[in-house]
Amino acid sequence: MATAHVYKRDNVNTDEIIPARYLNTDDPAELATHCMEDLDKDFMNKCKPGDVVVCGDDFGCGSSREHAVWAIKGAQVKAVIAQSFARIFFRNCINCGFYPIELKDAVNLINDGDDIDIDLVNGVIKNNTQGKDIKFNPLPEFAINIIDNGGLLKHISKKQ
Amino acid sequence: MPMTITEKIFAAHCGENEVKPGQLIEAEVDIMMCHDVTTPPAISMLKNAGIPPIFDPDRIVATPDHFQPAKDIKSAELLKRFDTWCRENNLKHYYPVGKAGVCHALLPEQGHIRPGEIIVGGDSHTCTYGALGAFSSGVGSTDLAAAIATGSLWFRVPESMKITLKGSLKHGVFSKDIVLDVIRQIGTDGARYMAMEYVGDTLAELSMESRMTITNMAIEAGGKNAIMAVDDTVREYLKGRLKNDAPYNEYQSDPDAEYASFVEVDCDKLEPLVALPHLPSNGKPIGEVKGMAMDQCYIGSCTNGRIEDLRLAAQIMKGKQVAIRTIIVPATPDIWAAALKEGLLQIFYDAGCVVSAPTCGACLGGFMGVLAAGDKCISSTNRNFVGRMGHPESEVYLASPATAAASAIEGKLTDPRPYLN
Repeated sequence: MATAHVYKRDNVNTDEIIPARYLNTDDPAELATHCMEDLDKDFMNKCKPGDVVVCGDDFGCGSSREHAVWAIKGAQVKAVIAQSFARIFFRNCINCGFYPIELKDAVNLINDGDDIDIDLVNGVIKNNTQGKDIKFNPLPEFAINIIDNGGLLKHISKKQ
Repeated sequence: MPMTITEKIFAAHCGENEVKPGQLIEAEVDIMMCHDVTTPPAISMLKNAGIPPIFDPDRIVATPDHFQPAKDIKSAELLKRFDTWCRENNLKHYYPVGKAGVCHALLPEQGHIRPGEIIVGGDSHTCTYGALGAFSSGVGSTDLAAAIATGSLWFRVPESMKITLKGSLKHGVFSKDIVLDVIRQIGTDGARYMAMEYVGDTLAELSMESRMTITNMAIEAGGKNAIMAVDDTVREYLKGRLKNDAPYNEYQSDPDAEYASFVEVDCDKLEPLVALPHLPSNGKPIGEVKGMAMDQCYIGSCTNGRIEDLRLAAQIMKGKQVAIRTIIVPATPDIWAAALKEGLLQIFYDAGCVVSAPTCGACLGGFMGVLAAGDKCISSTNRNFVGRMGHPESEVYLASPATAAASAIEGKLTDPRPYLN
């Protein structure tokens, strides 16, 4: 059971997810205190561990800073559901063992505050508030393997 | 099978005769670019994972740039972690403070970028090096760590977009205006996951520096990389410059190579553009926006902080006074020295500008010109996102160094063309 925090916005960029003024640290817990700060100052007050962020197209565009993923993971967000993701952010999620869920029309299928559950294996989002099951395309097997191994470096260690 | 330049480079780096868009491959990486913000976490990750740390130290080019010289205690600690790692590993290609410069200006300038090679860097503007016929792309810290440790990385072969530049740039119009036009046409995710291949007659008229301004901003359209075929301008630029002067590979796209989409820029008709807040795709012709009051001008960054850019700014500012605070940031020590030798620094001083040491500085809201709430800044940089250069309620207007310099003198958005007669 997770609460969806929906931002009906495209192009939410890495400067909004974690502003560069906080990049003088790489500590996820410290980064988390500023998570989404320039998008929604109140985000960290609203977001409970296990909650989900829902956005429009091109989520995570801009910088290559993995700090954006660490801030979100550090805030104990369970997943980001976006209509599409910027390339480097998408890659960084997989490499960090964090699941980026691509879902067409996400901001219209899920309302702010909806209670949802995510079934990663079968590719289903249960919208408990609306009583609907929403299917999404799971990631390619290659990426799921990396996530299941706990991220790219653990994946490489296993191979070596 | 016909292939694009990008596909040919990938095929050559994964031991295949051919690769196709969408294919997942493991490719050799020739150069890893490392800087002070994203590399220290990569170093920590490698230590924590117990992975032997460096596959080949000679493939690493390291320079602090974002927060150097250290802007505060926390960044001093990051810089120290970075410096210690570079020294402990005896990195041959380490540019410590004093030699350090904005990475994407520094690596080509110092001869680390070779056509046909694969370069990844822990910075989104790593796509800059495509102007030299190389595949280059920005990655996060984990990817960087993996490349450092193994000398290779997984890639999804991108679809290619063909961007044709035709005609000649008119007086007062520059390569920055070309790339702002491309992003205006296709949007900030118009080239998401794609290789942006630039072709067309206009390219031959563009200097190496001007070309790098275009490839630099591929990420602003969501591109994975930008690429331009090697020509005489590239060959001439590389002569006597390359650290490794073994013959390099020049790839050309096959005439019947497949492209997922096509874009055209008619340079004859192009005017100076300004990208309004808060997206690089909000480009407007200067005629529509001129007169808007500014509080600051910033000329620098990996996009437009090279000597050609400073010469242009100096040409416009010579004998005049700036009306707003104006910060000039030569991107590398060699550019700084050239600007000194050519008398540009004197011109900037006389005009009332601040000249900083090479750094990424305020481009990303770090230091040396951070904006207050309500501030408007005309900037030669690459991003105008909310809060990019400081306070979330500040505004960044992106333009060529010429438009930025002319606007500095007037204190408002200004057409640079009358200043260049």
